[in-house]
Amino acid sequence: MFKRLEGSETSIIMRFEGREIRARAGESVAAALLAAGIEICRDHPKTGLPRAPFCLMGTCFECLVTIDGQPNRQACLVPAADGLIIERGTGGALP
Amino acid sequence: MSAAPDLLAPDLLVIGAGPAGLAAAATAAEQGLHVLLVDEQAAPGGQYWRGVEAAPAALTAVLGRDYAAGRTAIERLRRSGAAHAPATTVWHLGRGSAGLEVGLASGTRAQLVSPKAVLVASGALERPFPVPGWELPGVMGAGAAQALLKTSGTAAEGAVFAGTGPLLYLVAAQYLAAGVRVRALLDTTPAGALTQALPHLPRALRRSAMLLEGAGWLAAIARRTRVVRGVEALRIEGTAHAEAIVWQTRHTEGRIESPHIFLHQGVVPQTNLSMAAGLTHDWHEGQQAWHPRTDPWGAASVPGLFVAGDGAGIDGAAAATASGTLAALEICHQAGRLDRSARDAAARPHRQALKRERALRPFLDALHRPAPQFLVPRAPETLVCRCEAITRGALEGALALGLDGPNQLKSFSRAGMGPCQARLCGLTLQGLIAERSGRSMAEVGYLRLRPPVKPLTVEMLADLEIAPALEDTDAL
Repeated sequence: MFKRLEGSETSIIMRFEGREIRARAGESVAAALLAAGIEICRDHPKTGLPRAPFCLMGTCFECLVTIDGQPNRQACLVPAADGLIIERGTGGALP
Repeated sequence: MSAAPDLLAPDLLVIGAGPAGLAAAATAAEQGLHVLLVDEQAAPGGQYWRGVEAAPAALTAVLGRDYAAGRTAIERLRRSGAAHAPATTVWHLGRGSAGLEVGLASGTRAQLVSPKAVLVASGALERPFPVPGWELPGVMGAGAAQALLKTSGTAAEGAVFAGTGPLLYLVAAQYLAAGVRVRALLDTTPAGALTQALPHLPRALRRSAMLLEGAGWLAAIARRTRVVRGVEALRIEGTAHAEAIVWQTRHTEGRIESPHIFLHQGVVPQTNLSMAAGLTHDWHEGQQAWHPRTDPWGAASVPGLFVAGDGAGIDGAAAATASGTLAALEICHQAGRLDRSARDAAARPHRQALKRERALRPFLDALHRPAPQFLVPRAPETLVCRCEAITRGALEGALALGLDGPNQLKSFSRAGMGPCQARLCGLTLQGLIAERSGRSMAEVGYLRLRPPVKPLTVEMLADLEIAPALEDTDAL
């Protein structure tokens, strides 16, 4: 399980699937989810099997989640921000 | 993303805010050019200096002096007058009838801008490492593990690192320096690699400080964790999440339980954008990757387009600063801001730096060249294309029909058609075809890439804001 190293300040509060997630300023939604112990962020649209962030730099598209109602956002490119409502990727087709 | 009119038609648009892009944008802006620096990430620094502005002191100490130097590069950018557009994706790049066109997207807005020159400084990505189970949650690139460390101060206790290459050892060493336990390092460096690399060692000694630094990481790792050398096969087990990694050397095998596996076998230039822009690329045998063809200033095969940094060939961050600066000096020269002698005088120290940094590469490339079975997976159940969930076995079926090129294989199998646009499978598809047909990688060639190079919604295209210079043309 991923853990934050020292007492890093997590002042941002978001929600994932209804659960409260704390995040650090400057990190991405994907990083915040991993740091909160949430490793599975979507189900693969073809296989239905769970997938998780893989590259964390915008290239692999494994971390697609729904953010504030908008599907297929790359969680590793969206900065963590207060009040974001994040849902597990539905696996729907890309826009 | 700013919509200021001069930013719809900047003198120079720089793509990527890593070492090359930062140096280039600052250099050109200091010479008086209107520069727009766009970057996909929320903060400048690229991957190398990711999160450096926000990193707490204790973390910066773990990440090292070269990491901390990123602050200076970013401060210089902020003073230079260059405009910086973070969280902005480039989805199109090309030269149309009205000049260069660059498609930008930020949030839900898209723009088409018309810069006079473009520098692509899009950096590198981790080379695909297709082994059975690499798609399981818990498996990540070692570069991704480092990104988490940099932006979040987050690490996984008891992870297994597997593969080869300086970044793998660096991240494992940084984990250990941060007091995080590493379960094992499974080294896939082929047994004969050192012999292959030795002829390049004398030249590499010109950068002996870097070699010593690398040796230091290896020593620290060997002291504090289990290292298995000569690993020839890997398999990750698990159902909904990684549970263990199974390894094999020539003489022995083992299984290590861990929910976190970090894979790495080098980095390759991010060429999706440079390829979609129609630039000529050459296969680089030593780096087993495509490089956009550039002249000594970074000028590419399309007028007005430049490529610098690791996106032009893997030479590392110090070289990227140098090549980014060189490209900016030439762009300033072409814009009439620097005469030839001023350009050449300013270029001299950067040429020397570039030469010094490049002296190290043939040694590292030969030492960490991935073994064939890790470039093209052997086990039929291995996913090659993660997006479309296509296995090697399924591709075999398609190839048995006589398909002989990556584009045919893509149309037939859907491999490479997903949202990542083959970033994580293109080289594997190419390698699979080369292996089966007995042709060289250069002969087989790469997939044909087209814009948009990143997914875009129809709404965004419908509301596209277009630079005045491009409005009456058949842009796109």
